[in-house]
Amino acid sequence: MFTVFGIPAAALFGQLLLGLINGAFYAMLSLGLALIFGLLNIINFSHGALYMMGAFVAWLLLTYVGAGYWVALVVAPVIVAALGIVIERTMLSRLYKLDHLYGLLLTFGLALIIEGLFRQLYGVSGMPYSVPKELAGGWNLGFMFLPIYRGWVVIASLVLCLGTWAVIEKTKLGAYLRAATENPTLVQAFGINVPVMITATYGFGVALAAIAGVLAAPVYSVNPMMGSNLIIVVFAVVVIGGMGSIMGSVVTGFLLGLLEGLTKVFYPEAAATVIFMVMVVVLLLKPAGLFGKGA
Amino acid sequence: MAKHDVTLTAAAPPAKAPSRQTLFVLALLALGVAAPFGIYPVFLMKGLCFALFAAAFNLLLGYVGLLSFGHAMFFGWSAYVTAHAAKEWGLTPELAILAGVALSAVMGTVVGWLAIRRQGIYFAMITLALAQLMFFLAVQAPFTHGEDGIQGVPRGHLFGVLNLSDMMTMYYFVLAVFVVALLLLYRVVNSPFGQVLKAIRDNEPRAISLGYQVERYKLLAFVLSASLAGLAGSVKSLVFQLASLADVHWHASGEVVLMTLLGGVGTVFGPTVGAFLVVTIQNYFSEVGSWVTIIQGVIFVICVLAFRSGIVGVLAPWLKKRGIQA
Repeated sequence: MFTVFGIPAAALFGQLLLGLINGAFYAMLSLGLALIFGLLNIINFSHGALYMMGAFVAWLLLTYVGAGYWVALVVAPVIVAALGIVIERTMLSRLYKLDHLYGLLLTFGLALIIEGLFRQLYGVSGMPYSVPKELAGGWNLGFMFLPIYRGWVVIASLVLCLGTWAVIEKTKLGAYLRAATENPTLVQAFGINVPVMITATYGFGVALAAIAGVLAAPVYSVNPMMGSNLIIVVFAVVVIGGMGSIMGSVVTGFLLGLLEGLTKVFYPEAAATVIFMVMVVVLLLKPAGLFGKGA
Repeated sequence: MAKHDVTLTAAAPPAKAPSRQTLFVLALLALGVAAPFGIYPVFLMKGLCFALFAAAFNLLLGYVGLLSFGHAMFFGWSAYVTAHAAKEWGLTPELAILAGVALSAVMGTVVGWLAIRRQGIYFAMITLALAQLMFFLAVQAPFTHGEDGIQGVPRGHLFGVLNLSDMMTMYYFVLAVFVVALLLLYRVVNSPFGQVLKAIRDNEPRAISLGYQVERYKLLAFVLSASLAGLAGSVKSLVFQLASLADVHWHASGEVVLMTLLGGVGTVFGPTVGAFLVVTIQNYFSEVGSWVTIIQGVIFVICVLAFRSGIVGVLAPWLKKRGIQA
C-alpha cells in the first residue's frame, strides 16, 4: 500500500470515486436544468425534488410492488416525467410571457409541496435501498477497491450525458431543438410544433433528474430532503459552467465533483463549501461562467 | 441640496393626498400600540420582525427588480452576532444590535458586489448559493453552537435604562424599531434615489444610457436591504433570546419571498401583511408535521399563477381612490 501526500492511496481514490459519483449527479442535473432553461427560460427549482422523487419511486416500487432496480430505472423516470409534463402543461405554460423569475418562484413552491408531502408520509429518516445483485461486490484494482455499483453509476451517467449531447448536436431533432432555443417564433413558422417540443424537453429534463435519483438510491439512503441541498449545489455548478453549452455543464459537473472529493481528502472542513468558493472565484474572473455566453 | 428639493416636490403626491395618508398611517400606528392588549405580544413581535425582514427584501424585489434568494444569511448571521455580543461580551442591546447590523452591512457589500455581476435568474441562484455557503460556515463556526444555537440570550437594559425583560417594554421597542425602519424605507423609495431604482427595474439599458451608474445604485440598495434584514434578525434574536440555524437556512430565504409575494411585491404595506399571515400559518400548523411547508408551497403556486399583485396590490387601486398610497 502506497501513499500520496501522506494520504493512503485507497482512501484517496475512494474519495475521488465518490467525488466522481457526486459529479455524475451534478452533471445529470445541471444538464437537465440547462436543457429546460434553453427552451423554457425557466430555472426549474423543483429539479431536486423530482430527483428525490425518482429515488422514492424506486423504493416504493420495491417495497409495495416488489419491482426491482432495473424495472425502477425505467419506470421511475417515466412516472416522474409524466408528472413533469402535467406540471408544464397546467402551470409553467402560463408563465412563458412573464418575467423569468415567476418560473423560479412557481417551481420553488412545487418543490416545497413535493418535499413536504414525502416528509409528511415517510418522515425524515432515510430508507435503505440495496445494490442490485448483478452489481453487488467489487473489484480489487490493486491501488483501490472498486465497488462495482459505483463504477456503474459513473459509466451510466457518462453514457446518458454523452448520448444527450450527441442527440442535441448531431441529429435533426437536436437541430430543431437548438433552433427553437435561438428563436422559437421562427421555428414555429417553419411548421414545427414548438409547444410540444417544449413539453417534451421539460419531460426529458426531469426524467434525467429521476434517473439520477434511481442511480443515487443505493449510494445514499432514500430520504425526502436528499434533493434540496443538492439542487443548491447544482445551481452553483450552473453559475460556474454557464448554461450556454451542453458539454460545458457536463464537464463542469464532473470536475466539480472531483474537486469536492479531493477537498474531502485534504481539507475536509471545506468540503461542503468548496464549490461555492469556486463560484465566487469564477464570478470574479469570468462573470459569464466558464462556458457561458453573455450574462 | 436645492436641486434635490425641487425633484422631491415634483415626485410628491397631490396636495390633498397627504392628510388621508397621514390619517391612515396614524390609524395603523394606533393599532400597533393597542395590539398587545388583545394579542399575545411574542406573536406580535415575531410578526413585526418578519415584517421588517420582508420589507427589507421588498426594497430589492419590488423597487429594483432583483430577486435575492439568500436573504436569510443576513437575517441569521446578524441574529448570531447580536446574540453572541449580548451573551458572551455583555454588550447592551443597542450595541449588540448595532454589531449585528454592521456585519450585515459588510456582508451585503461583499455579496451584493459579487451578485450584481449577473442579472435576473443568475442573480437569484448566486445569492442562494452564497447563502448556502454562509449556512455551512454557521454550521462549522464554534461560536454558533451548531444544532443548539445560542440560547438564553439576555435582553438586557436598553441604553442601560429600559428593562427589556419586561414584555411590554420589549414590544414597544420592537414596534419603534419597525416603524423607524419602515419610515426610512418609505423615504428611500420616494426619494430621487428610489426613482432611479424604479427606473433600473423598469428598463435597465435605458437607465444606463441616461448616464446612471446602475451598478452603484444596485449595490447601495442591496447593502441597505441587507442591513435592514440584519436589523430584523438582530431584534428577533433578542425577542426569542435565541439565534439558531433555522434563521440562516434557505427555508427562511424562501419564507421571506413568500411573505412579500403574498402581501404584494412593490407595495409599502404588503410585506407586513404577508409576514403576519405567514407567521399566523406557522403558529396554527406548527404541531402537525410538514403541513406548514406544504401550505407554503401551495400559496407560492397560487400566488404565481393567479395572484401576482398580492393582497395589498389588489387593494391598492381601491385605496388610491381614497388618497392612500399602499
